[in-house]
Amino acid sequence: MLVSIVFIPIGVVSLFASRDVVEIIDQYETECVPQNFRNDKVSFIQSNANKTCTRRLTVTKLMKKPIYVYYQLDNFYQNHRRYVKSRSDSQLKDNSGWDEVSSCKPEDMSNGQPIVPCGLIAWSLFNDTYNFSLNNQQLAVNKKGISWKSDRDRKFGRNVFPRNFQNGTLIGGKSLDPTVPLSKQEDLIVWMRTAALPTFRKLYGKIEWDLQPNEVIHVTLENNYNTYSFSGKKKLVLSTTSWLGGKNDFLGIAYLTVGGLCFFLALSFTVVYLVKPRRLGDPSYLSWNRNPGGH
Amino acid sequence: MAKGRIRRKLRKSHLYTFCLYPGAAGKCGQPVGGPGFSRTVHCNEPQMHSQKPFKYRANDISTTKYSFLSFLPKALYEQFNRVANLYFLGCAIASLTPLSPFSAVSMIAPLAFVVGLSMAKEALEDWRRFMQDMEVNSRKVKVHAGEAFDKKAWQNVRVGDVVRVEKDQFFPSDLLLLSSNNEDGICYVETMNLDGETNLKPKRALEVTLDLDEDEDFKNFKGIIKCEDPNPSLYTFVGNFEYNGQVYAIDPSQILLRDSKLRNTAFVYGIVIFTGHDSKVMQNSTKSPSKRSRIERKMDYIIYVLFSVLLVISLISSFGFAVEIKYSMPGWWFMRPQEADEYYNPREPVTSGISHMVTALMLYGYLIPISLYVSIEVVKVLQATFINQDILMYDEETGIPAQARTSNLNEELGQVDTILSDKTGTLTCNQMDFLKCSIAGTAYGSSSSDVELAAEQQMANDPVNKVELEAVVSSLSEKGHKSSIKGFNFEDSRLMNGNCLKEPKQEDIMLFFRILAVCHTAIPELNEETGSYTYEAESPDEGAFLVAAREFGFEFFQRTQSSVTVREKYTASGNPIDREYKILNVLEFTSKRKRMTVIVRDEDGQILLMCKGADRLVSLLYLDLISIIFDRLSKDGRFYQEDTTRHLNEYGEAGLRTLALAYKKLEESEYSAWNTEFQKAKTSIGADRDIMLEKAAEMMERDLILIGATAVEDKLQKGVPKCIDKLAQAGLKLWVLTGDKMETAINIGYACSLLRQGMKQICIQATDSDVKEEVKVDILKQINNGSQTIREEKDPYASFALIIDGKTLVYALEDDMKHRFLDLGVRCASVICCRVSPKQKALVTRLVKQGTGKTTLAIGDGANDVGMIQEADIGVGISGVEGMQAVMASDFSVSQFRFLERLLVVHGHWCYKRIAQMICYFFYKNIAFGLTLFYFEAFTGFSGQSVYDDWYMLLFNVVLTSLPVISLGVLEQDVSSEVCLEFPAIYQQGPRNLFFDWYRILGWMGNGLLASLIIFFLNIVIFYNQAFCIGGQTADMTALGTTMFTCIIWSLNIQIVLTMSHFTWIQHATIWGSIVTWYLFLAVYGALSPDISRDAYQILVEALAPAPIYWTTTLLVAVTCNLPYMAHIAYQRCLKPMDHHIIQEIKYYRKDVEDQHMWKREQLKARQKTKIGFTARVEAKIRQLRSKMHKKQ
Repeated sequence: MLVSIVFIPIGVVSLFASRDVVEIIDQYETECVPQNFRNDKVSFIQSNANKTCTRRLTVTKLMKKPIYVYYQLDNFYQNHRRYVKSRSDSQLKDNSGWDEVSSCKPEDMSNGQPIVPCGLIAWSLFNDTYNFSLNNQQLAVNKKGISWKSDRDRKFGRNVFPRNFQNGTLIGGKSLDPTVPLSKQEDLIVWMRTAALPTFRKLYGKIEWDLQPNEVIHVTLENNYNTYSFSGKKKLVLSTTSWLGGKNDFLGIAYLTVGGLCFFLALSFTVVYLVKPRRLGDPSYLSWNRNPGGH
Repeated sequence: MAKGRIRRKLRKSHLYTFCLYPGAAGKCGQPVGGPGFSRTVHCNEPQMHSQKPFKYRANDISTTKYSFLSFLPKALYEQFNRVANLYFLGCAIASLTPLSPFSAVSMIAPLAFVVGLSMAKEALEDWRRFMQDMEVNSRKVKVHAGEAFDKKAWQNVRVGDVVRVEKDQFFPSDLLLLSSNNEDGICYVETMNLDGETNLKPKRALEVTLDLDEDEDFKNFKGIIKCEDPNPSLYTFVGNFEYNGQVYAIDPSQILLRDSKLRNTAFVYGIVIFTGHDSKVMQNSTKSPSKRSRIERKMDYIIYVLFSVLLVISLISSFGFAVEIKYSMPGWWFMRPQEADEYYNPREPVTSGISHMVTALMLYGYLIPISLYVSIEVVKVLQATFINQDILMYDEETGIPAQARTSNLNEELGQVDTILSDKTGTLTCNQMDFLKCSIAGTAYGSSSSDVELAAEQQMANDPVNKVELEAVVSSLSEKGHKSSIKGFNFEDSRLMNGNCLKEPKQEDIMLFFRILAVCHTAIPELNEETGSYTYEAESPDEGAFLVAAREFGFEFFQRTQSSVTVREKYTASGNPIDREYKILNVLEFTSKRKRMTVIVRDEDGQILLMCKGADRLVSLLYLDLISIIFDRLSKDGRFYQEDTTRHLNEYGEAGLRTLALAYKKLEESEYSAWNTEFQKAKTSIGADRDIMLEKAAEMMERDLILIGATAVEDKLQKGVPKCIDKLAQAGLKLWVLTGDKMETAINIGYACSLLRQGMKQICIQATDSDVKEEVKVDILKQINNGSQTIREEKDPYASFALIIDGKTLVYALEDDMKHRFLDLGVRCASVICCRVSPKQKALVTRLVKQGTGKTTLAIGDGANDVGMIQEADIGVGISGVEGMQAVMASDFSVSQFRFLERLLVVHGHWCYKRIAQMICYFFYKNIAFGLTLFYFEAFTGFSGQSVYDDWYMLLFNVVLTSLPVISLGVLEQDVSSEVCLEFPAIYQQGPRNLFFDWYRILGWMGNGLLASLIIFFLNIVIFYNQAFCIGGQTADMTALGTTMFTCIIWSLNIQIVLTMSHFTWIQHATIWGSIVTWYLFLAVYGALSPDISRDAYQILVEALAPAPIYWTTTLLVAVTCNLPYMAHIAYQRCLKPMDHHIIQEIKYYRKDVEDQHMWKREQLKARQKTKIGFTARVEAKIRQLRSKMHKKQ
């Protein structure tokens, strides 16, 4: 009973918080492939064809800044053991560890030189790009502060610069500017935090602009990233946050359900107690009083 | 040395007619020299035995499990015999390969810790055994060496040595008795350690070696013994002794066995025949088996179940992995499938799958709690400490506390169904007290029977107050210990201090005491300090008689070859008179005759026959009074019979050992006529001799005149009846296995309330027939009859007792009969087996253990109980007595039988519940945790990635969740110790195994499964893809893993709180400690350099703690996880409460204080159904009295 009294309000509050969050989701991996390539998307993505694509997003409700831009990938096993292990933390952290690439196989060396940052994770860095415009006016995407501060400060060194990256025969994902230290390459930092599930969202940037209802945003995107070989979806998400984070009805519903369940249980036990009362500590319930057969 | 000289004059053979006779020379029909009889001993030439073929084992013994060299391999082997350990060993090895999902240290460290701890324990225990052996091996004995006798350590004694053993020393090996300080080569041995019998046994040397009774005689002594090979039979020996060209047969009465003790004899000489492990007693000893408790054995099954689960999910996982590798992997360009090594090769999914199997098996190892063994071991050691520290089991007199010698079996104490108890030294003190007597039809001795006293009190009181009975019992038993003189506990001023002279019939009284003082075979010994005499008697009751006679003023103080002198203190004249009785014949006591007679000539020349004997004999099927003495009375001698019989019955009912005394006056002519006859019989040689002697004795022992009876209390140990009563109420069955005589055993049965008047006694005895088949058929018939009787019994209050002796047991324990016997035994309220050998004790124990499949507990004090103690599920030794063999072999030791009550009813009950709940909880927690790994793995393409940081996993079992569960295992009490004792019926929860049955185990596993599902999926859904904090970041693997882990910690701790019913600050500390430690760890781990903490760097401080969703999720999951269990206990408490629930409630609402009437009534009700024990007996008595009253009305 107590639980239900505590839970139901929490549920209601969380639900409200979740309802406050406005979210726009746009799935584009099919639409951004030209009609003639639709049957063989993989070859399209691997070709040098122009991959620019334009999308229109309509704002449904008022979206207060900051608006977070996410990309959502599907069926992408960032949590695969082979993938997760393929990185070198010591190399990322400090310049002195630049040749510690043993854990990065098969993406450890290129042309006989160690790769910085090495490993499959960095190699497969997401490389679709989004440009937003509202009423023909460029909407700036702020890429600063999308990663954890501790990562920038301690895990990705200020003196570590990309070296020999995406230089091999196989190009994975995005290339990095070799003049910018890793601590400033926030896309990489976000990407390197491997997701727990094969469907995941990662922060792309922030739009520091309030969006009014019914406004239409034009997105010019470069559809570079190959999710077609594993038939993964790609989504672009614009979302605000509440104190609870993103849109998360489930938490509220779960609270309500558990609270309700507790209420129901408490009620039913009360009923049982009323129908068939058992005085607490009633000795007649002792085993030797109940079954006269003895022990 | 004065004593020694007196003794030298004695020819003790004078005292013995029946049990000893001179070995017939040249009689060797035995197959000496044949197979099985190949041993040859060159007497006094031990050097002959230094080479083959006469090289025999040395005399040192070793009971250790390991030697210095074998310890490591053997102990390791033992450790890895545990399936779980083997599995973890495999994991540890595999963790060195790249297959491992974790770092190698996190696999090896816990295993090394677990195994190391267990091995250290083993080593310590074995070291103790080694020290014990060393002590025995280095005992000294005098060995003949060329010229003189030198002291040598036991371990250096060789076959063929001549040794000299002095009074009260143990024999270092099996010896052939050559001579003693007594002229006729008789010596006494105490075989307590072999068979538990307390009376001394006479041994007699061969006549040819009698002269070898000086050290110098052995200079040129040579001889050859040819005899049987080492064997465990204590009572047989076959061999020849070749000496001076003659061959003499050796029989068991010349063999002195190792571990028996020389008593009442200054010294003996003997030749070493069997040494060390060849000796009979060592042959009898069985290897001490390592015991495991029922719960632990069941736990193995659970582990097997978990292994199967593990195997199944590993199979699923590797199958899934193989499929993913084959079909999806080629598309996962980001993993560079073309360059994949063998573990992730899409072209060879089968190989990858198989290698993944290893990974999976390691990953899901969390299903199998590696720390379970360690935790259980820690818990058990702590529990054992509680047992050792329990002040209520501390014996103030001896200063010995109870001791849990192995901690393996604590919880087994809570499941005992049958107790098999030794008698002497366990139930009784092996001390006889002269308590009462009946002389010339008048009963003397003031203290009335305990049972009657209590019953009277009962009748007077409101039946509700029966509880007070205990107080009565305990006060009574304490009263019994006040007597200051050992062997004498008689209070009646009519007889004391010479007052007997004022009694009517004083002639009879005087005669009665004279019989006590004369009719025996004891030897007086002057205690020079006190000036009084003490007596060296064959049996303690004889000693008690003499002490009593002394106290009554008839002091026996001198025995010569042919006379006994008694000083009478109180005479008509007032001056002490010494009276000398010439002993003409002694017809001594044997277990068959059950009587002893002396024929003496007093100072007036009158020949008197004095006889004491058992007043009853156990008949074939039921206990009838077939009197030994009464049948032999003359017509005139029955004057007091009626009164005496009544008294005897009372005494018997009170558990006293009774003897009737009778006499007759003989005419000179009558005597001499008989004596010639008797002498003829005595000197005859051959098989008929015994029968002739028997006949002659029979002729004399008739037409006696009954004078009275004695009642000797075989003193029970303190609190034994009360303890037995409590144990009976706790639903335990008690079997008494004793090496003692049947009468003694039955007496004790009465004294302990195991037997009572009105109980139907089924007595099974073998007939004396020589044909084995006949005997068997007869016994079978008796057993069947017994079962029949029980089946046909209609009276609900009827109860049965089974009494069986060792000879019969030989047959009853044979394969084709033992189950019928057991069946009968189980139906009886109490079972008494008497005259059983150590081996039989063990066999009976095994039978009960295996036949009923229930837990047995054996309790004993002597070396003869070792077999039984080792065989039973739990062996309890009585410590604080001579000889520690029983204690050394035991699992628990207490200093008094009465502590068994607390040991079982309180500690046993608690330990059982604690361990049961602890194990259940352990499985719950590891399933709840381990399965989340599996679910997650399914989301990672079955790649074997774990969502938790390696460190979380390492700490999970070892640090974070171990202390709360240990505190549960150590401190949990469902009800307090007082309540346990007040309601022994609660103990039944253990034997009925209410807390560790499959239903409950599976329930807990189900609960774990549910918890894992709730934890995982709630977390997954909540952290699916949305930002989890206001900063917009989404949860990565570490954030999700950490949150999930937090949920687990909370859920498990809430669960344990719900499980516990007893809280002290320790529980609070451990549980809160567990939670706080987790957060602290997270904070500290997060603060460490990212080199160590990797992704968990600053995870709590930066990411999770500021996010409300982290906290709300924790709350939601923790509560939801425990919802099913809460509903379950609410349901159970509401509708199906168990006994301890109700009592908890009663205690909580202080109802026991407010409503004492109810409280006591319930205590009473809880114990109604018992059939043995003091309470039952009082109940029966009350019923009896009531029905009498009804009849009168």
